[in-house]
Amino acid sequence: MQLEQNQAQGSAPIGSSLEAPALGDVRSHAITSRSERLIRASFIWPALLVVLFLSIFPLLASLTLALSRIKFVKGGFDVQFVGLDNFNKLVFGSSRTHFLGVLRDPSLLGWIIFGVGIVLLAGWLIATVRGYRASPVGLVGRGFVALVVAGGLWLAVATLSPGARPGTLLVTLIYVGVGLTVQYFLGLGLALLTTQPLPGRRFFRVVFLLPMMITPVGVGYMFQMLTDTGKGPFQPVWKLLGLTNFSWVNDPWGARAAVIIGDVWQWTPFMFIVLLAALEGQQVEPVEAALVDGASRWQVFRHLTWPALLPVSSTLILIRLIEGMKIVDLPNILTNGGPGTATESLTLHAFLAWRTLDLGGSAAIAYTLLFLVTFLGTAYVNLVRHRVSEAA
Amino acid sequence: MRNLFRRHSLLSPSPATMIVSYLLLGFWAFVVLFPIYWLVVTSFKLPIQVDSGPVYIPFVDFQPSLHAWRYIFVDLGNDTLRPYINTVVVALASSVIALILGAGAAYALVRFQYRPRVGVILTFMGCVALAAVATVAGVPWQLAAVAGLACFVLLLQTVARRFRRTLGNNDIAFWLISQRMLPPVAVVLPIYILFQQLHLLDTQLALIITYVATNLPIVIWLMRDYFQTIPLELEECASIDGASSYRIFHTIVLPISVPGLVATFLFVLVFAWNEYLLALFLSGANAQTLPLTVAAQNATRGPQWWYMSVLILIMILPVIGMAIALERYISRGLLVGAVKG
Repeated sequence: MQLEQNQAQGSAPIGSSLEAPALGDVRSHAITSRSERLIRASFIWPALLVVLFLSIFPLLASLTLALSRIKFVKGGFDVQFVGLDNFNKLVFGSSRTHFLGVLRDPSLLGWIIFGVGIVLLAGWLIATVRGYRASPVGLVGRGFVALVVAGGLWLAVATLSPGARPGTLLVTLIYVGVGLTVQYFLGLGLALLTTQPLPGRRFFRVVFLLPMMITPVGVGYMFQMLTDTGKGPFQPVWKLLGLTNFSWVNDPWGARAAVIIGDVWQWTPFMFIVLLAALEGQQVEPVEAALVDGASRWQVFRHLTWPALLPVSSTLILIRLIEGMKIVDLPNILTNGGPGTATESLTLHAFLAWRTLDLGGSAAIAYTLLFLVTFLGTAYVNLVRHRVSEAA
Repeated sequence: MRNLFRRHSLLSPSPATMIVSYLLLGFWAFVVLFPIYWLVVTSFKLPIQVDSGPVYIPFVDFQPSLHAWRYIFVDLGNDTLRPYINTVVVALASSVIALILGAGAAYALVRFQYRPRVGVILTFMGCVALAAVATVAGVPWQLAAVAGLACFVLLLQTVARRFRRTLGNNDIAFWLISQRMLPPVAVVLPIYILFQQLHLLDTQLALIITYVATNLPIVIWLMRDYFQTIPLELEECASIDGASSYRIFHTIVLPISVPGLVATFLFVLVFAWNEYLLALFLSGANAQTLPLTVAAQNATRGPQWWYMSVLILIMILPVIGMAIALERYISRGLLVGAVKG
């Protein structure tokens, strides 16, 4: 007979003879037999192997691709190690205007924004040092984050001034930043409206869930149809505004707006569903008590509902941040990269590089995206999420 | 008039609030449903009815015709059927396999205690890196792989065992789930080359394997949270009676978790159904899936929106059915727990 010593999940009743031992109890391993250990290994190894062979090894192989130049020769391909050449090309070389964009001197407004940003970042760092809020490692991390944010701000200011053109890096960040903000607040508003005891709520919930499930490719074509100013359904509206000859896909910012609108249409349901469930899982008694005591609705929201929503919101934003950086279907279908390269996201850039058989360059862009996503995710988790979870 | 703004009870909205809420919700419902409605209506239009300006209501503004549907299903019969079958087979197969592997791994991560040694892991990574460097430096990859393996086995017996520090379940879970952070474009090229070497390019099997790898983190994440809500006592009773872990998992845990399994299955099915980038790289004419067929419509003759509408409709109708089924599970808060964690 084997007594399984399970990891303490807090589900065994206190005082029962089957109370799980403390974590890290070495006795658990000595008791389990060999066959039991094999069984336990067999539960997890298939998943580990799949991930290993189809995620980790390809990732390493991709690294070697990014560090080399590939040529297709007879019988296979010829791999030539060139070091950081591909990355150089992105930042300093021929792909620079594609990746970073055309940089010009910032306008006056740009200088002001940049100056304010630098002051805020410096203030944040100084407050960290003065208030002993972080360990030395934490301080180095924050310094690095501040540096990257300052660099991003400079890029934004330099490429959004008149005469300049943003590259795929900034366009992807704009998609994620603007899209996330709109999706979150829209989803929150819809969730707040739907938690009210209105008859017919169920219908709204099902309907609001739909856009998330539709193929992004389908969404792209739908919006292409809808935004056509000559034949689309809103043609009377455009005629009224005198815009019948305006083509969304031929104007850089119009095309980007179309992609963002499509993205918002598709992913607001995700925010909506999760926030709705979080709101409905809230306890009613504190809210009722506050209302009886005379608190206004706004006060109830600000002091009771909003703090409860913060942990869920932070996880939600993290998930959507990571997924949003990978956007490729909408820019590809809706505008095929836009007039020129105006709506290209990083993944689309890598795909187009692959299509021109520049495998090394494509892998280099993919790796840059990976670094960016990892950096953003880690910075977000460490700086925002931990603080939010502790405060909750 | 004041009655409009007064609430009947503490938590229910006043009539004025109700009206405003219905207006706003109705507006967004219109925003959601109108594109789909437009799609349906366009699929019944003749080319002339599309090009000469928008018409909105069938039988009132224009006479609907079935020519687009007939073209897609009859004229292009096989060309439509093959991607459709491909999509169904690939999505179903990859979801089932991902569910089996992922549920097992998630259960193991919740109930068992693993202690991978840091030394072993680092040695493994070191030997893999060594093999990779050797491959780049010109050594044929088979030789480099074997040499790396031999190195690993040797070092395992001597150096690796010395480092006692171990990781825990949470680290394994984090590693598995963080794979989702990986942009697919970063791994698609080596996978393309891998399948090319195995002569598996443009087959359903390649897509199934890749989708299993992509969706496994989601399954593990969702099921792990679900299994944590199952009380331990049920399994303890069984283990006292002498059941092995397999038996417990198969006979006790799985039947109880059917709602969670179904919800996760539908979730992953929708992801696999809609997947575009990997299918774009890894499939050609034979294993083409529906998203690719839709995307390819725009290629030669310019937007033929009536045909495209039909294709998009047959692609979204099953998914809409899945979404309605899924809503019941989501509203029970099944998937939210994972996000809260």
